[in-house]
Amino acid sequence: MLRFFFTRLALVIPTFIGITLLAFLLIHAVPGDPIETLAGERGIPAERHAELLHEYGFDRPLYVQYVAYIEHVLRGDLGRSLITHERVIAEFTQLFPATIELSLSAMLFAVLLGLPAGILAAAKRNSVLDHGVMAISVTGYSMPIFWWGLLAILLFSNTWHLTPVSGRIDAAYFPDPVTGFLLIDSLLSDQEGAFRSAVSHLILPTIVLGTIPLAVIARMTRSSMLEVLGEDYIRTARAKGLAPSLVVGVHALRNALIPVITVIGLFVGSLFAGAILTETIFSWPGVGKWLVEAINRRDYPVLQGGVLLLGCSVMAVNVLVDVLYGFINPRIRHTQ
Amino acid sequence: MTAETDAESLVGSPAPPHPLREFWFYFSQNAGAVAGLVIISVIILLALFADQVTAQSPIEIHTDQFLRPPFWEDGGSLTFPLGTDPIGRDMFSRLVHGTRYSLLIGSMVVSISLAAGIWLGLIAGFARGVIEIMIMRLMDIMLTMPSLLLAIVIVAILGPGLTNAMLAVSVVALPQYVRITRAAVLTELAKEYVIASKTNGASVLRQMFLTVLPNCLAPLIVQATLGFSVGIIDAAALGFLGLGAQPPTPEWGTMLADSREFLQRAWWVVTFPGLAILITVMAFNLMGDGLRDALDPKLKR
Repeated sequence: MLRFFFTRLALVIPTFIGITLLAFLLIHAVPGDPIETLAGERGIPAERHAELLHEYGFDRPLYVQYVAYIEHVLRGDLGRSLITHERVIAEFTQLFPATIELSLSAMLFAVLLGLPAGILAAAKRNSVLDHGVMAISVTGYSMPIFWWGLLAILLFSNTWHLTPVSGRIDAAYFPDPVTGFLLIDSLLSDQEGAFRSAVSHLILPTIVLGTIPLAVIARMTRSSMLEVLGEDYIRTARAKGLAPSLVVGVHALRNALIPVITVIGLFVGSLFAGAILTETIFSWPGVGKWLVEAINRRDYPVLQGGVLLLGCSVMAVNVLVDVLYGFINPRIRHTQ
Repeated sequence: MTAETDAESLVGSPAPPHPLREFWFYFSQNAGAVAGLVIISVIILLALFADQVTAQSPIEIHTDQFLRPPFWEDGGSLTFPLGTDPIGRDMFSRLVHGTRYSLLIGSMVVSISLAAGIWLGLIAGFARGVIEIMIMRLMDIMLTMPSLLLAIVIVAILGPGLTNAMLAVSVVALPQYVRITRAAVLTELAKEYVIASKTNGASVLRQMFLTVLPNCLAPLIVQATLGFSVGIIDAAALGFLGLGAQPPTPEWGTMLADSREFLQRAWWVVTFPGLAILITVMAFNLMGDGLRDALDPKLKR
C-alpha cells in the first residue's frame, strides 16, 4: 500500500514541472517581449524598456529565468494583477471557494440523480424507462453547456421567474466571509433569508454545470451494472431466492460502482474547466470568471498564476482520487 | 434456406461475411447510430448547398429588419424564416452557413490531432525506453489540465481567431489518440504476424504503417468520430468566450456570444444556434457509439 502511495506521489513532480513550464512559457510565448506584454496598451519608452528588461531579469537565459520563476512560485509569489494590483495568489484564494462550492454542488447533483437513474435503467433493461434515461443521457452528454446556461436563464429566470439570474447571493445580504463557502457562511450569519437566497442562486449553475457529469454517470452506471448483472455470482444469488432488489442493490451495485467512482474522480478536473463557462454565464464570482476576465483584459500575471494554481488544484485532486481508488479497489493496489 | 447453404453447414461453418457487410449488420441494428448517420448526411448536404438552400446572404445586414421574430410569431415573415439577429442578418442563412464552419472545424481538428497522435503513438510504441516515457509523460501532463483551460491558454498565447482555436482544440485532443495508438501498437507488436514481417526484413516505417497500423484502426475510427463532436463543441465554446471565430463569421458559438445580451428580448437569436450545436454534436456522438459497438469484437455476440 505504501509503495502504491509513493508511486502515485512520484508522478506529481513531473506534472508540476509541466504545469509550471506551461505557465512560464505563457508569458514568453505571447508575441512581443514580456515587458511590452506587462506594460499593456499604454506602451513604454525605449530606455525604460531596456532598464525593466534587466531589472526583471528578462535579458538572462530562459532556463535561468525559469529557475528564478520556480523559486518565486515555491515562495507563493505569483506576481500582481496589472489591473487591480492585488497579489494574484490572494485574489485566487479569495475566489476559489466559490468555484469549489459550485463544483461540489454540481457533482452532488450529478451523483444523486445519475446513480439511481443508471441503476434503474439497468434493472429494467429495454423498458421505456431505460430508453428514456439513455435518451436524456446522450442529450446531456452532447450539451453545449454555455448554451444550456443561457436557455436555463431564459426559462427559469426570465419566463417562470423561479430563480435569480446571476451572482451568488442577493445584494441585500452580507454574510461574514468565515469559510468562503456562502452556504455555510449564510447559515452562520444571523440575517434571515440569507441562506435561502444563497441556495436559490446556486440552483441553476449547479444544474448547468452538473448536466454533463450527470449524463456520463448515468450511462456509466447502467453499462457497468449490466456487465455485473451477467456474472455467475448474480445468477447464484438469484437462484438461492434472494429478493431482486437485494441482488441489484447490494450484490451487483458494490462491484458495479468501482468504474463509476473512477469516472466521478476524473470529472473533478473537467468540472473546474466547465466552471469557466458556467461562471461566466451566471456571473458567479469564482476563478473561472476571473480567468476569462483576465484574458479579455490581457492581465497576463493573473492568467499565468491562475492557470498554475488551477492546474495544481486539479493535479492534487487527481492524486487524491487515485489514492482513494487504491483503497477501494485492491486489484489496482496490487498490480502496481 | 437453400440446399446449397444446407450442404455448406453440413461440411463446416459457412464462409465468414465480408467485413464491411458484417460491420453494416451490427451498425444498422443500432437505431441511434443510423439516426446520427442520417443527421450528419443532412448536415453535409446543407453545407454543400448552403447558397442554394438559403435566399438571403449570411452576412448581409438589413438595418431596418433587426430582431425580426421567426415566421410563426407575430411580426415574422417568410423572408426571414427563423427571424433576424440583433443587427438584421438572416438567422436561417447564418445557421445553414454555420454547418460549413462546424464541419470544417471538426474535420481540421480530427485530421490534425489524429495525424499527430498516430505518429507520436507509433513512435512511443516502437521506440520504447526514454522516448516512450517522455512522450507518455507529456501526454499525462496534458490530460491533467482541464481541456478547455488548456485550449484557452493556447489561444491566449496564439491570439484569438478561428485557425488558432482549431489548433488549440487539436492540441488538447492529442493525448487521447496517442494513448489509443500506443496501447494498440503494444498489443499488436507481440503477435506473430508482426514478428514474421520483422523476420522478413520489413523496415520500421513499413512495420509501423503497413503491418501494425491497419490493425489498430478500429479504436482510432471510433475516437475520431467522437473527436468531431469534442472539436465542434470546444471550438464553439472558444467562440462563445470571444476567442474563436470572429464576427461576422456565422460560426454557431460566435453567434451565441454576439446575441447573448438580447436573451430577454429575442429568444430565437439564442435558441437556434445552440440547438444547431446540440443536434450536430449529438449526431456525431450517436454515430461514434454505434461505430464502437459495431467495431468492438467483445460486444459481438
